[in-house]
Order: sequence, then C-alpha cells, then structure tokens
Amino acid sequence: MAEIMYWEAIRRAHDEEMANDPMVIAMGEDIGVVGGTYKATTGLYDKYGEDRVIDTPISENGYTGLGIGASFLGVRPIIEIMSVNFAWLAMDQIFNTAAKVRYMSGGQLEAPVVIRSPGGTAHQLGSQHSARMEKVFMGIAGLRVVTPSNPRQAYGLLKSAVRCNDPVFINEHELMYNMKGAVPDAEYFHPLEGSEVARQGRDVTLFGYNISVHWCLQAAEQLSKDHGIEAEVIDLYTLSPLDREGIRNSVSKTHRAVIVEEAEPAVGVGAEVMAIINEECFFELDAAPLRVSALNIPIPYNHALEKAALPNAGDVVEAVRKMFGV
Amino acid sequence: MKNAEKKRVLREMLFARRFEERCYEAYVERNIGGFLHLYPGEEACAFGVLEAAQPGHDYVITSYRDHVHAIKSGSDPRRVMAELFAKETGVSKGRGGSMHIFDVANRFMGGYALVGGPFPLAAGIAKGIQMQGGDEICICFLGDAANNQGTFHESLNMAALWNLPVLYVCENNLYGIGTRIDRSTAVIDQYKRVSGYNIPSAQEDGQDFDLVYKAASKAVKHVRSGKGPYFLELMTYRYRGHSMSDSNAYRAKKEERMWSGRDPLIILRDRLIEAGELTKEEFKDMDTEILDEIEDEVIRFATDSPEPPVSEVEQFVLAENDPWVRGGVK
Repeated sequence: MAEIMYWEAIRRAHDEEMANDPMVIAMGEDIGVVGGTYKATTGLYDKYGEDRVIDTPISENGYTGLGIGASFLGVRPIIEIMSVNFAWLAMDQIFNTAAKVRYMSGGQLEAPVVIRSPGGTAHQLGSQHSARMEKVFMGIAGLRVVTPSNPRQAYGLLKSAVRCNDPVFINEHELMYNMKGAVPDAEYFHPLEGSEVARQGRDVTLFGYNISVHWCLQAAEQLSKDHGIEAEVIDLYTLSPLDREGIRNSVSKTHRAVIVEEAEPAVGVGAEVMAIINEECFFELDAAPLRVSALNIPIPYNHALEKAALPNAGDVVEAVRKMFGV
Repeated sequence: MKNAEKKRVLREMLFARRFEERCYEAYVERNIGGFLHLYPGEEACAFGVLEAAQPGHDYVITSYRDHVHAIKSGSDPRRVMAELFAKETGVSKGRGGSMHIFDVANRFMGGYALVGGPFPLAAGIAKGIQMQGGDEICICFLGDAANNQGTFHESLNMAALWNLPVLYVCENNLYGIGTRIDRSTAVIDQYKRVSGYNIPSAQEDGQDFDLVYKAASKAVKHVRSGKGPYFLELMTYRYRGHSMSDSNAYRAKKEERMWSGRDPLIILRDRLIEAGELTKEEFKDMDTEILDEIEDEVIRFATDSPEPPVSEVEQFVLAENDPWVRGGVK
C-alpha cells in the first residue's frame, strides 16, 4: 500500500476511470494544459487529449450545465469547480437540473455527473474564497454529497462517484491536497454511503468530516493523555445521506456526542447530526450533545481574526471538558 | 416540400392549436393545475423547424412552453395530456407537469422551468453527440427573454469554441412575461447578438411555415454538416398571456389584432387553398375531426387514467440499487 498525497489519489482515480471508459471526461478551469490548480488532473491532458480533458471558460453555470447535458447521453463528466465559492454560480444547474431531472422526468433521465470542489477555509484567502458550502449541498434531494478526509477516501470515493448513476458532489479541502496517506495498490471503490470509525473509544463520540476528522483525532489523543477520556471518532465521509445507523451505533455505545464542523453552525452538519441523534437514540444520551463550529461571520483576512473565526482541536478538547466538567 | 406534405403539416398544426385551446378549458375545469404556458400563435416555429430536422433522431430541448414541441417530436398527445392531468400514464408519470414534459424515447429531452436553463444543457447534449460520433443535432427552442440570462452567452461561447452540433432557435414573441423586448433588451434583433461569438445566424418571419421551413433547412444542414452551432431567430407572437395566471393586460389591442391577422394556420391554409390543394370545406372537416379526436381520445385517455400511487412518492429521487453506492458490491 503506497503512501501518496491527496491530490495524487484524485489524479489516479481520474486516470483509471478515463482509461476504463472512453465516455469519462474531465472539465474545469485550468485543468487541462495547466493540470489543475491543485494538480488533480496533471498529465491527463497529454494522455487523453483536449476533447476529454477540457479547459473551460470561466463560466461555472455554463460548463456545469454543459456537463449535465452531456451526461444525459451517457457521457460521465468529472467537473472540477476550482473553488467551492465559485459553485454558487453553478447552483442553478446543480440544483434545478442535476438533482431534479430524474424525478421530474419520471425516471427517464439521469445526470451521472461528478462535481468536485475544494471547500473549507485555507490561509488568509478572504471572505470570498473561504466558503464552506457542504451544508448547502447536503440539503438538496437528488444529490449525493461525500467529503474525503484522507487520500484513500479521495481516491475510492471519486472512483465510485464516476460510476454511480446519481449526481455526486465531492467536497474536498484546499489544505488537504498535500496530505499523505496510504492508498491500496489494487483498484478500490469506496462506498458512497456510510461512515468510518477513525478511532475507537468508549466515553464520548466526536463526529467529524473532511478536515475536522483530524481535529477530532488530535483532540482525542489529548483527552486521553490529560483526562483519561477515550473518545471515539466517527468520520462522516457521507454528508448526504448521513449514516443514521453509524451515528446511532456510536452514540448508543458512548452516550455522549460532540459534532465538529468547519462551517458556521446554522443549518449545518452539527444541527443535522443532533436531530438524527434525537430521532434515533435520544434516551441513550447521558449529556446534551454539543457542536463545535465556526463563528457566524464572513471569514476575515487578518490571520488572528481568521484563526478566531474557525474551530480547532483545542476547541474540541474544551467542549469535551465542559461536557464532563473537568 | 410538396403541397400534399404541407397539408399534413397544416393538419398537425391545427391539431396543436386545438390541443392547446383544450388545455385552456381543462385548466378552467381544474383538470390541469400549476402553471400552464400555451403555444397558440407560434405554431409555425416548432413545425417549420422540426419538419426541416429529424424529430426522434435529433434531440430537442426547450422551456416550459413545451407541449407542442414534444408532440411534434413524436410524443403521444394522449400521454402529454395525461401528464397535464397529473396521471401515471403521463409522459413524465405525473411527476413533471406542464413545464416538465419529457419523452426520452423520442429524444425529447425535456421542458425546463428556469428561463435560459436549457442553453448549456443543449450544448452538453451536442457534446455527447460529438463524442458518440453520430449525425444527430440538438435543437434548443427558447424565447427571446431567455437571451438575457448569462447561460445564453456562456453557452454560445462554448458551442462555438468546441464546434458543437447545436441549433439554437429563438422564438421571439416580443415579451418576457409582461415586459416588452424594447424595455428589457438593448439589442432588439436577437440574431445580431450572437455575432460576438462567431456563430452564423438569421432572422425569419415565424408566422409563415414555408419561410421557417426554408430558413431552418439551411440551419439544420449547416449544423449537421459539422460546421458548428447556428442561431435562428423567428419573429412570432403568443395569443394568450405568458401563463394562465397572466391577465395579458399589457398589450395593445391594436398590436394583438395585427398579429392575429398573421395567423400561421391561416397563412398556410390560404396558400394551400390558392394552390388548389385544399378547400374551405375540407379544412372545416379537418377541424371537426380533430376536435372529436381530442375529445374522444386525448381527453378521455387523460380522464380515465389513474393517478400515480402515493406510496411511490419517494421513487425517482436517486438511482435504485446502484451498486457503486456500496463501493461496487452487488
């Protein structure tokens, strides 16, 4: 099992799927000749040509709609939106067409497109390049939403998403493209539905997804060392549909839950997981669940302000200490 | 086109007119709900273009004013009416409604309710055709007001850039709901707006079937021969308001009278009478026959059909039993 970077894992999935099926294409801004802002399509332009690795104009709604229309005829586009902030411009086609066409056509048409985009906040990119939009995508019926927290998931989720007949939004992270991790040498398809236990524990469940899984893992180590609290970390790599069974199983075991999200709290992953806990296993709880979220503000440029706006592993430790009164 | 063929087209156009008028009545009778956008006055556009193309072979996509385009693409009118009646036998199984007629077996790729939404979808369908290597083209019918959406410019740019086999047909009926084109659009002649994208274009009288057919034949030939996109603007008029909820109070009676004097059915009918292909009596008989057909077959079928079972309300949201959801495990 080789250790490769997150971007290399995404590139490998592209390459294998494009080699496997001539109808798989990649599209997006600067993905061809340049090889992608985060290198995720490096070398594919030379290998598969400009008709299959398509440098698009800066027309997010237009090229996303074009990919969706092509998918009606059996083309399987992997659309890269350079930054999730730009995905707002493509919302019309993603929500109004891709997510709804199967339903409103009575099952005659489907839009098997993959839309990949780095979400999350990087370093000092300012308000308009720091959006976290996973909460927006996961509220839409007809769209699958997954978010890889490591290279293995980044590879396997993209592989499955390309072959799945539903539209899939893959929420990546600008700060994770250079993260290293083990990826199976053999071809591997990650399930598009479910969650993973990233760390076993008995005292409290920390729910994370994408980058916040790593904050949870750091916090768990510190809680173990400082307080003897053994936290279980659940990696919610599927945000839509959320894994109700996985949530229920872990909370039924630890009886406590903290949800850690990089986004603002309102109408977010934390709120949704709490609602699921209420519906699935309320009477298993020994304490009211907590969420650790960003401040509800546009992300500032100043480094100290930016840091203050976002949660981190220390905030997760604090939340658990508050819950346990230690 | 021979006169005998034109007579067949006239009958189809008359059927479309009566179909739409019957929709109006069915809406008043509350058999049709939601929004309903009707096509009377504009028939020569869809018929002229699609007679010049190969419906069922070529792909067609349009807006919410979509019943007639679907029927001309090959949809069974009974199933289109059943869709409007929200029945399980409807082309979209009662899930779509008037604005979302889909009939993929006939390559009618749907009616869409966001103004300008189909522009990029049509370019994408054309991209799919290009990848498959077939000789089909994609025909996208939209109104003039859609051209003020960003998707118009984005899609024309990409269609030209990648030489996509798509024919954009602009049915210019002069109004975007209640706003007249000169109050919403800086350049009135829509065919001129595409010159910025190096796309050949033409403007034609959309009320005269013969002229539309001729202009569309040229356009279809251009696109099918691999020369890339084409834009055809057809000057037309809708007799009714934008939708059933539109009071239609914003148009001058004089303007409406002028356009009803240029009715596409009457123009074609009179031409065929003059040519000795048709008599007034024949036309009247044709009309009676069509009215009976609509009542006895189309309306009856829609009325008698069952509604979709409520137990299936969650069907068609996602693919059923897709193995890749489980990572390829069957």
